[in-house]
Amino acid sequence: MADQIAASISTGAGPSASPLASRHREGIGRAAEAVLIPLGALIVSLVLFGGFVALSGVNPLDVYSDMVIGSVGSWFSVQNTLTRAAPLILTALCTALPAQAGLMIIGGEGAFVIGALASIAAGLPLAAAAPPLVVQLVMALVGMGAGAAWIAMAGALRHWRGVNETISTLLLTYIAIAILNHVVEGVMRDPGSLNKPATAALPDADMIGNIGSMEVHWGLVYGIVFCILTYILLYHTTFGFAARMVGGNPRAARLAGLPVARILMIVTGLGGAAAGLAGMVEVAAVQSRASASIAAGYGFTGILVAFIARQNPLAVIPVAVLFGGIGASGGLLQRRLDMPDASVLVLQGIIFVVILASETLFGRFRIFRSKER
Amino acid sequence: MSNRTILPRRAVLAGLGGTAVAASLPLKGARAADSAVVGFIYVGPRDDFGYNQSHAEGAAALKKMPGVKVVEEERIPETDQVEKTMESMINLDGAGLLFPTSFGYFDPYILKEAVKYPKVTFEHAGGLWTDKDPKNIGSYFGYIFEAQYINGIVAGYASKSGKLGFVAAKPIPQVLQNINAFTLGARLVNPNATTQLIFTGDWSLPVKEAEATNSMVDQGIDVITMHVDSPKVVVQTAAQRGAMICGYHCSQAKLAPTAYLTGAEWNWTDLYPKFVTMWMKGEPIPNFYRGAFKEGLIKQSPYGPKVSDEARKHADDVKAKLTASDYVIFKGPLKDNEGKIQVEAGSELIQTNATDEKLEAMHFLVEGVSGALPA
Repeated sequence: MADQIAASISTGAGPSASPLASRHREGIGRAAEAVLIPLGALIVSLVLFGGFVALSGVNPLDVYSDMVIGSVGSWFSVQNTLTRAAPLILTALCTALPAQAGLMIIGGEGAFVIGALASIAAGLPLAAAAPPLVVQLVMALVGMGAGAAWIAMAGALRHWRGVNETISTLLLTYIAIAILNHVVEGVMRDPGSLNKPATAALPDADMIGNIGSMEVHWGLVYGIVFCILTYILLYHTTFGFAARMVGGNPRAARLAGLPVARILMIVTGLGGAAAGLAGMVEVAAVQSRASASIAAGYGFTGILVAFIARQNPLAVIPVAVLFGGIGASGGLLQRRLDMPDASVLVLQGIIFVVILASETLFGRFRIFRSKER
Repeated sequence: MSNRTILPRRAVLAGLGGTAVAASLPLKGARAADSAVVGFIYVGPRDDFGYNQSHAEGAAALKKMPGVKVVEEERIPETDQVEKTMESMINLDGAGLLFPTSFGYFDPYILKEAVKYPKVTFEHAGGLWTDKDPKNIGSYFGYIFEAQYINGIVAGYASKSGKLGFVAAKPIPQVLQNINAFTLGARLVNPNATTQLIFTGDWSLPVKEAEATNSMVDQGIDVITMHVDSPKVVVQTAAQRGAMICGYHCSQAKLAPTAYLTGAEWNWTDLYPKFVTMWMKGEPIPNFYRGAFKEGLIKQSPYGPKVSDEARKHADDVKAKLTASDYVIFKGPLKDNEGKIQVEAGSELIQTNATDEKLEAMHFLVEGVSGALPA
């Protein structure tokens, strides 16, 4: 093994190739590695899951075929998958973006809830007075602002008070849900909502619609745009370089004269804004009102998505779609094979562990390096 | 979470070669032949000893009917996920009748799907349908507080201290009806009985439910009942601490065979086969169907060993009157726990009157309940 690695290192600096062609090939190799290793890990996970279901007396081949039918087997299934992926893209960014600057945020659920609550509070009084586009825009901005403030608060506590951001964001989630319940059962309660306390509903005209003739709401596009923009910010600007440097070594970053506090506030704010926007979409495209059902766990699944995407904003998109597909096909597993819902959690867990373990494989395969000797 | 889902590490390791092993195991997964497909959707696990299990027991009763195929999905949150689950059952399984059982599934999800799939019948537990809503939706519900009243009578006899406890989720009308009926039942047999009320704040908060139960037993409370999604934690905690229990949603007798007195149960095992028979014959199912003991929508758990003969007789007697629609629980003069008259002398809140504001939007606690409502 050791000589293999040595060989793969030495091949990188082969004297015979022209530097440009070599760098080009190197880039393709890297990209192939970044795609093929997680893909391989995914296949290994599915095989492990097949073993697990076989032990509980279900034919793995039936499971695989139902998973394909349920996630991509028809146009309906594809839309089902994408609908489920939409909120996960945004909540995953709440973990992925601060992680670039070295902060481990797991409180996306709280920012989601606060974003939803703030946006409906802004949207309801405005709905009567303004055209739908203005209502939606204001709701989105307020939702993002509230989510950003929520997570940036944890970033500030971390930077100036040394409070562990993982713990504080987790605990802030409980506070957020308590605030949600307090408000929807109190000041913002629609008196007509007797047995399920909720705010008044946003009028149909102000709701975010579906993308063209697809039965998937625009929240999916918001998420994709958010991912692309933050990817560019992180990997193609000096700010992004500085942020990742803070993530690599905060002390070195400070010594280099980087504004660490400002960078941390911006990345935590961006992460919170993403989850807050997801909350706004949940209200304005799906539920039309805020109630206890807002806290449906998207923020927590987002953490898993972010880790599997290795905290890369672009990778978040396919991973969220993968999770959407698992969710969409999970129903079929329950219905056709009589498997409990938790079997889907088992699959998610297996994928999580295998993909994280597969990170140690990066750089170990010569095939991804340029071939000159 | 179901016991089947616990995944020991050894099982995973052993499962590495699972696909090969698979051939030798007896495998499920055969597709059903043509039959009427009925879909059930639950918000929590279907073996929760509570709300979801009561519906799953109803679904299990359907599985025994010839020509009926039941498909089930559990733990579906009240978001557009339930919309997609309904559509998936319709599109991929060919379901023609759906029972999305959680209260919060109705608006907007069932309303939306009923317009989109006019040939599919939707049956929802909650009694929310109004004549403005699509006709392919049915809404049914039981006045289960009648059974909580019987719980109260049994608890009144069983309690030595006269102190009772009620662990409740949220201060909404349905829950308050149960708290008040339970207290009135207990005070019918022991006018000095009091009910200590604790709200946990949400439908499923096992830790808070256990804390509430423990603190009640510490105060000398010896009979506890509840209205939360899964009474399991309250029942087990109370039984361990030596208190007696009146159950809710479905029977929890198995969890505490001696401490369990009786319980207020939904009777979906009776109702669902009736609905499905009507549906298969092509007869319309009523859009709005509510009732209690008389209509067979609710039932009482069999009495446990600690229920005295006197208590049994009294409870059975009142239950017979309720079944004959010959008994009113909330009748004046009725004071709340702040001394204010809520029901004037001579007037009554008839249980099955779905249009009675005072009953439907109940927002008071009767005399004898220690606890307060948010303003």
